[in-house]
Amino acid sequence: MKALAWHGKHDVRMDTVDDPEIVNPRDCIIKVTSTAICGSDLHLYDHFIPTMQAGDVLGHEFMGEVVEVGAKSTLKKGQRVVVPFTISCGSCYHCNKHQYSACPNGLPADNQDIARTAYGQEMSALFGYSHMTGGYAGGQAEYVRVPFSDVGPIVIPDGVEDDKVLFLSDILPTGWQAAEYAQIEPGDTVAVWGCGPVGLFAVQSAFLMGAERVIAIDHFPNRLALARKFGAETINFEETAVYDALMEMTGGIGPDAVIDAVGLEAHGLFVDNVIDEIKAATFLGTDRIHSIRQAIIACRKGGRVSMPAVYGGFVDKFPLGAFMEKGLTLKTGQTHVQHYMPALLNAIMEEKIDTEFLISHRLPLMDAPKGYKMFKDNQNECTKVVLKPGMAAA
Amino acid sequence: MADHATQTDDAPITASKQSDAADQASGQITDAKGSSIVGRSVTINKPAAELFSYFRDFNNLPTFMENVERIEVLDGQRSHWVVKAPAGGTVEWDARITAEEEGKSIAWTSEPGADVENSGRVEFRDAGARGTVVTATILYDPPAGIIGKVIAKMFQREPAIQARRDLNRFKQLMETGEIATPAMNPKQFEEMGL
Repeated sequence: MKALAWHGKHDVRMDTVDDPEIVNPRDCIIKVTSTAICGSDLHLYDHFIPTMQAGDVLGHEFMGEVVEVGAKSTLKKGQRVVVPFTISCGSCYHCNKHQYSACPNGLPADNQDIARTAYGQEMSALFGYSHMTGGYAGGQAEYVRVPFSDVGPIVIPDGVEDDKVLFLSDILPTGWQAAEYAQIEPGDTVAVWGCGPVGLFAVQSAFLMGAERVIAIDHFPNRLALARKFGAETINFEETAVYDALMEMTGGIGPDAVIDAVGLEAHGLFVDNVIDEIKAATFLGTDRIHSIRQAIIACRKGGRVSMPAVYGGFVDKFPLGAFMEKGLTLKTGQTHVQHYMPALLNAIMEEKIDTEFLISHRLPLMDAPKGYKMFKDNQNECTKVVLKPGMAAA
Repeated sequence: MADHATQTDDAPITASKQSDAADQASGQITDAKGSSIVGRSVTINKPAAELFSYFRDFNNLPTFMENVERIEVLDGQRSHWVVKAPAGGTVEWDARITAEEEGKSIAWTSEPGADVENSGRVEFRDAGARGTVVTATILYDPPAGIIGKVIAKMFQREPAIQARRDLNRFKQLMETGEIATPAMNPKQFEEMGL
């Protein structure tokens, strides 16, 4: 089959690789019908994430048709499913608490060692996202082997378009969890850093959870316009001093909750960012974190900080003093996708959440390398690239 | 025997920084053999009785113990172990059960003539809603002493690494019925090993 394989920094190619087969009894094989490039795939593309190997197949946002099932899969051939990017067993202590992204049972024992050394404990395996998360082949391919298919994938009713439900795999639950972690109360003002897909879904989710105002921060005019479409007020950080604006917009109090949906490749020419970049380049520190610093400084006293953004390593100049003195609460983590999928599928079916607005480009799978370059180089207009294995090359 | 450092806390001996930790631990194990100590615990979301009964049938152990090539059960107490060694080849020994409490613990020691002398205990402690805490405490003589230990580590066959991985695979097998692998097909799974 054809699959998008990583070969190094800014080097991804369509390789011919073996078709996947059933290995374990709970597996299924799906034929991919739609798969997206995620902002966090750009962290791999830019080689910010360690433990990548040449030939690794990327992609963790995908859906398709079940074509083969293992003896203990509960799926049936022909069903259409969206696959959560977290590989979780459904029966361990963490899965029972619906902390799916903490499930260790999909992560091979030798990979568990890496995570245990880096983070103190092993996390769940993920599709197409380095060997620290299991080395599983991802969904930017014609076919994918899906472990724990009896508990992970969600079946999509007939007649519902792929583009409407594809984002249940990652970014919609991630944006929703981000808003949930902000513990929004009626009347709240919520500030969201980053109007990428997660930020834009967090904006929609925050309003659904009762936020009175949402303030969205980015520097791409097109992305700010999308946030405005959902009722957010906007701040363009290239034109406006973000802290000053937030203070004035909230009567000097600060936002009640702040959401960092930017993460480890925060852009912008700020002094601390430049220092972070030098340190990242020289391996003195791995994460560039301007957005979370700004969010903590701006947040009102006793407020909540939600951090869906992906961070991988160590940071310095984290404003721990402000965090403590103001009595903030921080909630973060990889998304417990399986926990949110059923309710969010309903919300999509009831048209409470708009998903298709996000897609700016649809490309044949074979054009995936072009899609990566476009997503990397034109973040203003390129909000989401969806790859279709079935689409004829242009 | 070296003078024991006095322990002033309640931590398990396997987390000790003292050089005589293995000596102290050997006092707690019948017919203790081995000068290095390894200890690992894992919590498995299944009843102790179920875990004990799977573990007690030594024929099952190679399903999750990566380096165990085969185990021949000789009688109710004794078994013959063939284990992959660092840098190829195998090491063998006979093991004898020295103590056993149904559903709770199994202790063993190697018989004279072992390629690698070892002894230890596996305990299954009820952890309520969380299932069972399984703790393995293993004493062993690293082949060729400290150099052998370094070489073993290079080849990932150091018992501390093995014990941790084997217990994690035991947890996966008991909780999910399978062992996690990124393999794309059964042939690749076989080549990659556990």
